[in-house]
Amino acid sequence: MPESDFDTISASPDGTPHERQPAWRKDFPIDWSLDEYRSRREFVEFLMSTSAAFVAGQFWIVLLQAFRSNEGKPAVESIADVDELPVGGSKLFEYPHPGNFCILIRLNETEFVAYGQKCTHLSCPVLPRPEAGRLHCPCHNGWFDIKSGAPVAGPPRRPLPRVGLDVRNGKVYANGYVEGVI
Amino acid sequence: MKTKGFDRNQRATIIEGIGAFVTIIVVMQLWLFTVTMEAFLSGQSGIALPAALASLVTFLLNLGLYLYVRALER
Repeated sequence: MPESDFDTISASPDGTPHERQPAWRKDFPIDWSLDEYRSRREFVEFLMSTSAAFVAGQFWIVLLQAFRSNEGKPAVESIADVDELPVGGSKLFEYPHPGNFCILIRLNETEFVAYGQKCTHLSCPVLPRPEAGRLHCPCHNGWFDIKSGAPVAGPPRRPLPRVGLDVRNGKVYANGYVEGVI
Repeated sequence: MKTKGFDRNQRATIIEGIGAFVTIIVVMQLWLFTVTMEAFLSGQSGIALPAALASLVTFLLNLGLYLYVRALER
């Protein structure tokens, strides 16, 4: 603190001289201007900490991404027989790891789609509504397009992670993600 | 950069200005963080590192401004 500040105590908020101030203010004199100055400096310090926290968060995401890249592409797995599902039918399966629930939906005789079952809003399980052409998240009334997984109504803003499919020899195989990650 | 010869009111004004500037930068960092997290959760991989470096640069700018505030008091 500069030396010159100590001999120039500022006036109290009501502007009256020191002798006419109440006893409590004489007992605890405050240099108002200096106090305000200090609090602003501390606010800048607080913002600095916040700024550093954001940098740490950004590099944390970089680390998470590096770990995710090292996992490689998920293995190809048979998830259902073609005859197992009627048109409009659906089936839950775990892919690529146990506990990662995905949902397979048969759109018509030849077309299948599969998505991660976690809603991209707050991870509630989504349910197929083939008659409406959508998937529904009942927690906050979110809706996704059944053909693309894109959000069409409600709070979700990101599409559902889409599982790549391959249909051959009467079986449906999952072969990684087309879009997003689970 | 000049750090001496300011009276108390001038220093307070300078700190107000720096505080406003730092606030704007931190809000930009918040925006950058939310965009990066959104991209990460969507499975996009090209954004995280450039965004982290941009955030680091803005932090260094903040650090410079903060050090100037400290120098004002000496």
